[in-house]
Amino acid sequence: MKIDKQRLLDGYRTMRVIREFEERVHKEFMTGQIPGFVHLYAGEEASAAAVCQQLGEYDTVASTHRGHGHSIAKGCDVMGMMKEIYGREGGLCGGKGGSMHIADLDVGMLGANGIVGGGAPLVCGAALTAKTLKTGGLSVAFFGDGAFNQGTTLESMNFARVYDLPVLFVLEDNGYAESTASSWSIGGHDPVRRAEGFGIKGARVDGHDYFAVYRAAEEAVAAIRNGEGPRFIHIEFTRYYGHFEGDAATYKKPGEVQDERRYLDALKFFRARTTGGGMLKAEDLDAIDAEVDTLIDAAVREAKAAPPPALSTLTTDVYLSY
Amino acid sequence: MSVKSIREALNEAMRDEMRRDPTVIIMGEDVAGGMGAGGEQDAWGGVMGVTKGLMPEFGRERVLDTPISESAFIGAAAGAAMTGLRPIAQLMFVDFFGVCGDQIINQLAKFRYMFGGKAKTPCVIRTLYGAGTRAASQHSQCVYPVFTHFPGLKVVIPSSAYEAKGLMTQAIRDDDPVIFFEHKAMFDETGEVPDEPYTIPFGVANLTREGKDVTVVAIGRMVGFANQAADALAKEGIECTVIDPRTTSPLDSETIIASVRKTGRLVVVDEASPRCGLASDISAIIAEDAFDALKAPIKRVTPPHSPVPFSPVLEDAYVPSVADIQESVRSVMGSGASARVLEGAD
Repeated sequence: MKIDKQRLLDGYRTMRVIREFEERVHKEFMTGQIPGFVHLYAGEEASAAAVCQQLGEYDTVASTHRGHGHSIAKGCDVMGMMKEIYGREGGLCGGKGGSMHIADLDVGMLGANGIVGGGAPLVCGAALTAKTLKTGGLSVAFFGDGAFNQGTTLESMNFARVYDLPVLFVLEDNGYAESTASSWSIGGHDPVRRAEGFGIKGARVDGHDYFAVYRAAEEAVAAIRNGEGPRFIHIEFTRYYGHFEGDAATYKKPGEVQDERRYLDALKFFRARTTGGGMLKAEDLDAIDAEVDTLIDAAVREAKAAPPPALSTLTTDVYLSY
Repeated sequence: MSVKSIREALNEAMRDEMRRDPTVIIMGEDVAGGMGAGGEQDAWGGVMGVTKGLMPEFGRERVLDTPISESAFIGAAAGAAMTGLRPIAQLMFVDFFGVCGDQIINQLAKFRYMFGGKAKTPCVIRTLYGAGTRAASQHSQCVYPVFTHFPGLKVVIPSSAYEAKGLMTQAIRDDDPVIFFEHKAMFDETGEVPDEPYTIPFGVANLTREGKDVTVVAIGRMVGFANQAADALAKEGIECTVIDPRTTSPLDSETIIASVRKTGRLVVVDEASPRCGLASDISAIIAEDAFDALKAPIKRVTPPHSPVPFSPVLEDAYVPSVADIQESVRSVMGSGASARVLEGAD
């Protein structure tokens, strides 16, 4: 089915928000004002944007340490996210979570996760809730190529299969688990075949191609909603920055990053394809660019101006009652 | 009110809560038994038969046998709790937390705090603990101090059939994650248990007897041992207060402190390993808050710092005994074999 114009514009806007958000966090991190560990999603935007476009209010996602993109795509408030990353009052988690633990259960975002492979079992639980309470919802586990070698992920794939849970497993393969190449670390070198070993149908797509991701996700989600149980998508793309902010990424070949930005950019591809083919007008995309720049500027400004959390919150929210 | 075993008391608590609340589900390895097999369904009802009869009443949609994948199903319980169910997950033996620890300590325990108070994860993890059944090193440990260590978890250790039902009902209704410890040697112990549902609040210790001379704090199965020791000591003229904290997180330290302020002496009996255990923790609390009240050094009664052995002779020597407790009480009273180290303390 043809993707209508508004959905294309929405998809572009999500990718553009993620890109600008990450570029600004990268820049601001250099100033030393952002505490802790930050892992950036720049280069991977099409996955979060196109997959989450298939989801509705009863659907949930679990994310990874590299979670800003999924959070934005699932509808987390960008202002609240930026404040959280700065560790300020008014952050989505009150400044208690930070970049690695951004969550908003109200929009079905079950959390970024500081543990590689931590999310897939949680997604099985969310899917079990949806199945038990008959909400019609499904749950998406985004995980990286590192997590694809964690027992939690593999156990969850089996668990989702034996209970036919409505789960979409999305392997986001950016080529590196920290500094280790996924071409080496994924034994068998064929993730789709590995998924098929669990009885889960899979597809492999180019993650720099919004349309390819959109089609694969659309097909998988339709099958899951049709009661066919879990599906798997292997999305290949590149991350522009290191594993974490401060990682010089010397394990990449010289020139690899520049070439990636030149030749492997989902936003450039999207613009060329949609405007070249007459689907969208360049000025529509320009208008989104300008609006997003203003939004992210405002988010950074507000985050920097926000006070730190009150010290009285140090020991709140550990329990509901104790 | 009728006489029930701990097994029956726990079964009744879960059954009643499942009848009351359709969001309560049970999941774990062999919680019914026979899944996918051609023979008897509900063949096991859990490895100790505690959940027997629940699958026939509530169906496989609410009593889920899982593959042997602790990370997946304990994590799924956490995810289900976060999204609207009240799962009771059975981690068959607590020793197996080694293969799913992350899902408990880094996920389940921390959602509420990490997410700024927005998550609610009402989840009960039932688990077997304790030595005495010749189950050896990987099926006999008492790792409740590990879970007590982690903020965000509540830790419950019932000592009788009455406590088991009331604490389990509270655990299921509680909105925080609860690790519920069941001693594998105690399921057939019986006691008077009300037939109707009731709750026992967490963080409220139970004084099973009161005496003026020594405060004995005991955990789980050791509560019964401490009461037996106190009975024998009473015949020697030593009167013990025995305190069952019921929950180690929250811990009712006020009751323990108040008692030590009356007796001036403390013996802590803990089946867990001695280092960084509950005995050490409670001793530290008293040393910090009631040092001035102490008439004698605090005494800890624990197993040695070794894995749990298999051979019956060795295992019997490993587990703290009623005689060990009596000996420690006598020693803090300044009499008995250890009296010389305490000369002048009283």
